[in-house]
Amino acid sequence: MCGIVGLFIKNPKLESQLGALVAPMLSEMTERGPDSAGMAVYRDPNEAGCKVTVLAQDSEFDWENFEKSVHTNFSVDKFYVNQNHAVLSLSSSLDKVQDWLHDNWKDLSVTSAGSNIEIFKGKGNPADFIEQFDIKNMTGTHALGHTRMATESAITTEHSHPFSTGQDLCLVHNGSLSNHNRLRETLKRAGVQFKTDNDSEVAAGYLSWRLSEGDDLDEALNHAIEDLDGFYTFAIGTKDGFAVMRDPIGCKPAIMAETDDWAAMSSEYRAIATLPGAENARIWEPEPTQIYSWKRN
Amino acid sequence: MATIDLNKSTIRELNEKLQGGSSGDKFIVNNTVGKHALSVGLTKEVDVEINGHVGYYCAGMNQEASIKINGNAGPGLAENMMSGEVRVTGNASQYAAATAHGGLLVIEGDASSRCGISMKGVNIVVGGNIGHMSAFMAQSGSLVVCGDAGDALGDSIYETKIYVRGKVKSLGTDCVEKDMKKEHKEELAKLLDLAQMNYAVDEFKRYGSARKLYNFDIDQVDEY
Repeated sequence: MCGIVGLFIKNPKLESQLGALVAPMLSEMTERGPDSAGMAVYRDPNEAGCKVTVLAQDSEFDWENFEKSVHTNFSVDKFYVNQNHAVLSLSSSLDKVQDWLHDNWKDLSVTSAGSNIEIFKGKGNPADFIEQFDIKNMTGTHALGHTRMATESAITTEHSHPFSTGQDLCLVHNGSLSNHNRLRETLKRAGVQFKTDNDSEVAAGYLSWRLSEGDDLDEALNHAIEDLDGFYTFAIGTKDGFAVMRDPIGCKPAIMAETDDWAAMSSEYRAIATLPGAENARIWEPEPTQIYSWKRN
Repeated sequence: MATIDLNKSTIRELNEKLQGGSSGDKFIVNNTVGKHALSVGLTKEVDVEINGHVGYYCAGMNQEASIKINGNAGPGLAENMMSGEVRVTGNASQYAAATAHGGLLVIEGDASSRCGISMKGVNIVVGGNIGHMSAFMAQSGSLVVCGDAGDALGDSIYETKIYVRGKVKSLGTDCVEKDMKKEHKEELAKLLDLAQMNYAVDEFKRYGSARKLYNFDIDQVDEY
């Protein structure tokens, strides 16, 4: 079992409160996933350059030294450290930054890449995660969160969701896939790299691969219905919004709600109930295999 | 009349209070905000009105009590109900009235997938549509759908009677359309009346078991 939350701000006045609105939603899903938590936040776009979030496994990692090196090698728009993550907003191309990280900083793994997305994740109780990463003070246009109850692979930061699935894309998953081992091998041969033995990472890798083959997100998700075996509710964060899809059997729960100010999804209504105006929101349950998406106009 | 505010009382306190009520008592429950397992395990003829949306397993194992939810219900509504009445003014999520043995469940809005799965004698009336795999392995009782039914209705059904007013997307294995006889029309009219649904009996079709899965068929031995 896991918990998923997604919040998309429609009224720009609420963008300054994104973190304050989404943190109680995530907290409400603690019972569905007390092992670890994660959040993807979309904000402060760097369209001209790129934005990358990196994660250090080593708690003693020398961030000061890393920051100096970033400044030496790149023109830096913004650099900040949040716990064991750092967000780099740079004027260079994404390929160049990723190559440099790969060649010089083997201790760091990239949790997100693009122009808007930032991904943070950690082991432990979601309440601690919210506190440590100061989620409540985050601003932005939309956010996707996950609370994990591990059922098929280890509890580590890298096994936690959201998983990056490409530029400004990420995936959170509630469910379990039964054909992920075979599919992982197939995807590896197609050049997709994996960091863990986690089933949801395979779903993320699958979507990345389909998108790199030229699919748009809807096409990639429709292919996923064919190729992924198991139970899933997926929420996929995109640069402009997010999408939600359930497997054909529709065992894993999902509820969606919308007001003039926001659109939200969650595993359960009680997470949505924390939002202002939830009692009068339009509420519905997504149909299996239907793709629901919100986009900023 | 007692009012219980879930901003002040825990779910356990609520259920203890409701379970401790005497026949004829009335309760109002406020500030539900999607909480789980509200008003479960009642055994007396008490009257409970719940204001707001409820989460998983509301009204589970109900006996004798009359429970009305002014809102939507999450998964597992009235699971294993034995008797009494449960009414939801909004929609209900998946597997409403699963394995329920008796009583009446009225869902005024839509029911999601697996409504009445393995039902064993409960009567269910849904004002709107129902989702896929509803009445899966249904054994006894009746399911009335005033709207449309989703895929695989009544798959592997035993003896439940299913009445659908709208379209059926597809029937499950061994579920077939059947004649509406006089006794079925009478039963349906009674259920619609109890549920306060104003539809003509003639607008409904009946579905039930072809009873072909009851015994092993030697012609299918190659399938194994």
